[in-house]
Amino acid sequence: MGKDAGPEERPKWDNKAQYLLTCIGFAVGIGNVWRFPYLCQIYGGGAFLIPYLIALVFEGLPLLFLELAVGQRLRKGSVGVWKTINPVIGGVGIACLIVSFLVGVFYNTILAWVLWYFFHSFQEPLPWSTCPLNESRIDYNLECKKSTPVNYFWYRETLNITPDIEISGSVEWGMVICLASAWCIVYICFIKGIDSVGKAVYVTSTFPYLVLTIFLIRALTLPGATDGLLYLFTPDWQTLTNPRVWLDASTQIFFSLSVAFGGLISFSSYNEEKNNCERDAVLVGVINSATSIYASIPIFSILGFKATTAFNACKDENILALTNYFEFSDQNITLQNYDYWYEYLNTTYPEKFQSLSLRECDLQKLLKQSVSGTGLAFIVFTEAVISMPGSQVWAVLFFVMLFSLGLSSMFGNIEGVLAPLNELKLLPRWMPKELISAVICLISFLVALLFTLSSGNYWVEVFNGYVGSVPLLIIALFEIIGVIYFRGMKTFSDDIYIMTGRRPNIFWKACWMVISPLLLLVVFVAYVIVQAQTRPTYQAWNPDYEKFPETEEKLYPDWVFAIIILLCVVPVISIPLVALYQLLRGRFRKSSVGMELNPYDNDAFVTDTQEQKTQRA
Amino acid sequence: MLEKILLLLSLSLSVAEELCKPGVGEAYKVRFSIKTALGDQAYPWNKNEMFLFRAALAFAMRDFTNGEEFGVSDIHPCNETQRVSFWFVVTRPNTMDLVDKGTVEMAIKKSRNRINGAFLLTDKTLEFDGIYPTLAAPVSPDTPPWLIVFGVVMGAVSVGIIALLVYPLVQRKLKKNMDADDEDSDEETGVKTAENGANDGIYNSTFSDDERFTQM
Repeated sequence: MGKDAGPEERPKWDNKAQYLLTCIGFAVGIGNVWRFPYLCQIYGGGAFLIPYLIALVFEGLPLLFLELAVGQRLRKGSVGVWKTINPVIGGVGIACLIVSFLVGVFYNTILAWVLWYFFHSFQEPLPWSTCPLNESRIDYNLECKKSTPVNYFWYRETLNITPDIEISGSVEWGMVICLASAWCIVYICFIKGIDSVGKAVYVTSTFPYLVLTIFLIRALTLPGATDGLLYLFTPDWQTLTNPRVWLDASTQIFFSLSVAFGGLISFSSYNEEKNNCERDAVLVGVINSATSIYASIPIFSILGFKATTAFNACKDENILALTNYFEFSDQNITLQNYDYWYEYLNTTYPEKFQSLSLRECDLQKLLKQSVSGTGLAFIVFTEAVISMPGSQVWAVLFFVMLFSLGLSSMFGNIEGVLAPLNELKLLPRWMPKELISAVICLISFLVALLFTLSSGNYWVEVFNGYVGSVPLLIIALFEIIGVIYFRGMKTFSDDIYIMTGRRPNIFWKACWMVISPLLLLVVFVAYVIVQAQTRPTYQAWNPDYEKFPETEEKLYPDWVFAIIILLCVVPVISIPLVALYQLLRGRFRKSSVGMELNPYDNDAFVTDTQEQKTQRA
Repeated sequence: MLEKILLLLSLSLSVAEELCKPGVGEAYKVRFSIKTALGDQAYPWNKNEMFLFRAALAFAMRDFTNGEEFGVSDIHPCNETQRVSFWFVVTRPNTMDLVDKGTVEMAIKKSRNRINGAFLLTDKTLEFDGIYPTLAAPVSPDTPPWLIVFGVVMGAVSVGIIALLVYPLVQRKLKKNMDADDEDSDEETGVKTAENGANDGIYNSTFSDDERFTQM
């Protein structure tokens, strides 16, 4: 049953659980696992929770409630909803469509990377645990020796990355087939619209929690876990005075909840009208934040374990050097009495000691190595997994969890593309929805082939940093303005009364009318200022760099910079364009009404029906 | 007799001391890390273990040179420390000529596993200073395992897609066939009900004539 079939019967959720799981799955994504713990770490651990929760309450929940209410009441996708409220802001829906498409394209590439690692986790030993030999087979590959096997596997064997974004390199065939698999899996889940999505989310939304719990239990028993956790949660109250912290907390909440994509509006439009969307919004928002906090516990236990392992390895290296040099009996110096011997030898034989040039082993420094994003999942975590007994199992579980998290977010992106397309009536009516989904997946796959080039990772960073940020803020701002000022607070309160049985209380009203738009505006302006202060740079993996294995910081060339500007502007350009078009059309129509020589046209009724239309809407 | 033996012993000892000079000439340093390798089951280092070492090395030399009768007495250790590390040189059988470093190295490399095995140690815990272990070639199977997993996953997904696309079409065809059958039976029953229904109402005879005309 498609939306355009016969008497316009809208698809429905089988039950409330499907709807909630889909919304939660859309909100809870890979960012909850690899972005939030990083922010927590660099912004003073437990102290970061304060700006985070404040942002959730005053910015996240109002926006979420707004989108769910609007979709459920007007029972249309993101384009139809804004057209209904006022044709002038119809462009917001089109902006949602473009943003959902662009984000879907690069997000699924990340899932393709996760799939690649998943496929490679079924080997013994794990392929990222050892370096390959070089051509002469006498020694290890040079690039791998200088960095680490884990880095080598990610940058060379997975991405085959070029040293510069301008050097495109060639298409990586391994990555192409992983990308094709990712899109096929998205397609099979979306083949029957929300009928199949509703069933898929039973697995994709719940499985990550199961894996996180397993990891939690495993991680807490690893040595060094408590060091990691202490480091994560020890609050540093000083950071609260840094405005950057508040900015990052607000942006994190905003992007984490997946508002302004249009997907949430579509999902809630398939609900029955009398559904308590206020409770749903609060539930989804709270579960999203709770998941972030819950996920950071095993992540940081494992990071603590990794730091401890590296710390002990460093000490072992030094112990061996000392034992060999001073000809002590084997195992005289152990990890336990290392400090004593270190001090003793340093003071008794200073020159000899210095000549050894031992590495400085510092646990705090190792813990400070903070990583987020792909670095966390594909470099840091994979390295930790090698040291855990039963590595293959943990690697497989981890990558399946990441894939589930990302897949359930992809559903929201695809819905944000399909629903507006159907409403814009751009597609012929004879196309069944299976064919439409297939065409969308195919087009997205072809566009995403750009990211399978050797320079693909740099492009994903470009898209991630610029498409998934500024346009969303603008869209969200216009959404609030559209509902509160175009539809009117009174009408909207009536809508909510019809749906939930009571009007929104003073907290919601205050947020919608003043606090949230203000917060969004401040975040948007601050974001733009911060970005505009410095010329954007990227980290390049260049084996010929003199400080290799550190990444080289390079400036984006001008043509890439132009593309960045395009990516920020093109999605939102539809808002003013459509507004302009509607205003001109309205004025044009008013002037041409008198020119219509339609004999049956009674001018008296024309204005009446227009008023009736606006009253009904 | 006893004097001769004593003389020979002292000679050999002094010769050994001259031959085996740490860091000079054809001498190699070797390090044992027994406690690191074996933990609680570590054996103590004593003269017997030293004898085993000399015997193992003599074996390695014999094996490499294919028959030259090296003996335990041709391996001369010196500068033993409590690390358990010492230097040693190898002399040709029945002479005092030193065997060059290269030959010793190759002999050790060839029989490295056997020497390690004699002491229950590994390349890392029985270290010959300057002789690097040959790196184990990474195992590369013919079909990369990841392609197998990919094949399984994609196979399942493709079958699923085809099934989900074809199933409703098949159902529709079956339904059409069933509908066609139903229609036949419906026509019969339909006619019957019309007749039954006609009995309920007032039958207007004027129309029955019309029917005869339309049948033509």
